[in-house]
Amino acid sequence: MVEIRWHGRGGQGAFTAARLLGVASALFEHRHALAFPSFGPERRGAPVLGFTRIDDRKLTDRSMAGACDVVAVLDDTLLEPSVLQGLRPDGLFLVNTSRSVLDIEPPPGVRTVLFDASSLASQYLGRPIANTAMLGALAASSDVIGIDAVIRAVRHEMKGTQREKNADLAKAAFLVLGGVA
Amino acid sequence: MAGMNMFLSGNEAVAAAVRLARPQVIAAYPITPQTTVIERLAEMVEDGSLASEYLHVESEHSALSACIGASAVGARTFTASSSQGLLYMAECMHYASGGRFPIVMMNANRSVALPWNIYGDQRDSLSLLDSGWIQAYAEDAQEAFDMLIQAFAVAEHPLVLTPAMVNLDGFALTHTYELVNVPDPSDVDAFLPRFTTANRMDPEHPVSLGFTAGPQHNQAFKQLQHLAMLASGQVIREAEERFGQRFGRSYPGLVETYRCEDAERVIVTLGSVAGTVRPVVDRLRSTGERVGLLRIRYMRPFPDGELRAALAGATSVGVLEKDISFGYEGTVFTNVNSAFARSGASPRNLLNFIGGLGGKDITPTDIENLFARLAAPEGLETVTFI
Repeated sequence: MVEIRWHGRGGQGAFTAARLLGVASALFEHRHALAFPSFGPERRGAPVLGFTRIDDRKLTDRSMAGACDVVAVLDDTLLEPSVLQGLRPDGLFLVNTSRSVLDIEPPPGVRTVLFDASSLASQYLGRPIANTAMLGALAASSDVIGIDAVIRAVRHEMKGTQREKNADLAKAAFLVLGGVA
Repeated sequence: MAGMNMFLSGNEAVAAAVRLARPQVIAAYPITPQTTVIERLAEMVEDGSLASEYLHVESEHSALSACIGASAVGARTFTASSSQGLLYMAECMHYASGGRFPIVMMNANRSVALPWNIYGDQRDSLSLLDSGWIQAYAEDAQEAFDMLIQAFAVAEHPLVLTPAMVNLDGFALTHTYELVNVPDPSDVDAFLPRFTTANRMDPEHPVSLGFTAGPQHNQAFKQLQHLAMLASGQVIREAEERFGQRFGRSYPGLVETYRCEDAERVIVTLGSVAGTVRPVVDRLRSTGERVGLLRIRYMRPFPDGELRAALAGATSVGVLEKDISFGYEGTVFTNVNSAFARSGASPRNLLNFIGGLGGKDITPTDIENLFARLAAPEGLETVTFI
C-alpha cells in the first residue's frame, strides 16, 4: 500500500488532487484506491489535507493514523516541520515552490523534489492552481502513478475549457521534471 | 460486470442508488455529513435524470412527515438525515413504522451534541433501535449502494411493509471516494419494480390510514409490527440472493463472518471499522493466532441465531461499538449479550469496548490491543473505553 498526503489551502485543489489520483489509479490502472479529505468543516484559505491510498489488494482500513510514502505540498507557506510528520524515512517530499532551498529539512533518506508548479499552472491556466501540475510531477518523480492514467483521469473528471488545459499542464509538468512517457 | 465503474464517495454512491430506485418523492433537509446526498439528488431532479418530486422542507420533522404523506398515497419515498436531524425525526419515525409506510432513509452516522461534534459515531441511529425501522450498516460505498437498492425491495415487501434505514459512518464512508459499480438502470428496474400496495389512500378501494387504536386493539398492531420485522430477516436473505444472481455481488445475510471458523477470539462490530479489524485479523492469523471478525450488517432485525451459530466455538468475544448507553453498556453489547443469554450458552469471556465516539480514530494498533485483552481477559471490567 502507498499513501500520498496532499497539503494545501482550501480552494487550491488539494483534495481534488487526491481524488484525481484515486480516479487515475482505480479507473485507469485498475488498482484499488481510497481518496478522502481531512474530515470536517472546509474554509477557503485554511490548511486542508487530502489523502490517497493505493494498493493491489482491496483497501479496507479507513483509520487515520499511519505513515505516508509521499507528502505533496501545494503551497509553500504551509511548510512547517509538522508537514513531514509520518513521512517514511525513504519517502518522497514533493513541494510546489519557486525557492531552491527550504527552511525545513527532511530526514536524510527522504527524496525532495522542488518544483515551481504554480508558475507552470499560470502559463497553462492563467491562474496558479497547481494541483494537476503536481500530479504530473508525481508521475515523473515516483512510480505511484503513470502519466497516461493522470491525463485520462483529468479528462474524465474535468469539464469545459479546463479539461484539455489541465491535461496539457499535467503532461508539461511531467516533462519538465524529466519524465519519460 | 455490467454497468459502469465510477469513483464515488459514499454519499454519491447513495445518491446514484436512489436515482436508480426511482422514488417518486424525496423530502430531506441538509445536515453534515449527509448534505452531498441530497445535493446530488436535487441536481439529478433539476437536470431531468431523476423524475422525482423533490420537496423542500423547513426541517427533518417535516421531511419525514412529507414522506409519510406521500407513502400514504402509495409513492416510493426517500429521505436522508444524520445526528440531530435524525433525532428531530424521531417522533415521525414511529408514525412511519406504525403506519407500515416503507420509506427508505439514509443516515450518515454522526455524534450527538453536547459537546457539539460533526464527526462519526453511531449514537444517533442506535438510540432509535426501538423506533420500528429496519437498520442496516454498510462497510464500504459499494455495500451502501447495494443495501440501498435492496432496502426498497425489503421494506416494500408485502410481508414486511416496514421502513428501512441504511447507515453509513460519517466521513469515513460518506466522504471517502472509492470504486463503485453502478448497474444499468434496466437491471435495477427488473430487480426493483414499481411499488404497489393496498396500504394507501385510494378512492376506489377505501381503507383507514393513520387511525386511532385504543387499548383493545393497539397491542395487536404492535405485535403485527414485531412479526413483520422478524419476517424481514428471511426477506433480506431472499433479496440478497436475487440481487447476487442479477448483479453478481453476493451478500451473507444479517451478519458477515471473517475467519471465524476455528476462532477462539472474535471481535464483533459494525460499520466501517470492520475494515480496520480485517487486516489485523490477517496479520495475527499469519502468526498462528486464532482470531476472527464478525460484522453485524443488520441491527434490526437482530441476527441472534446467526451470531450464536458463528460464535459457538469462540471463548472470548469483544463487542466494539461507537455507542454508549450511559450508566450501563453499549447498546450493541446489550443485544449480543441477550442473544447468548437466550441460548443459555455464552462465551467464557464477553467484553464491551466503547470507541470512536465523536470521531475518535480507531487504529489497527487499537485493534491488536483488543485482541490481546481478549487473550487475557481475567480481571478486566466488562465495559472499557478504548
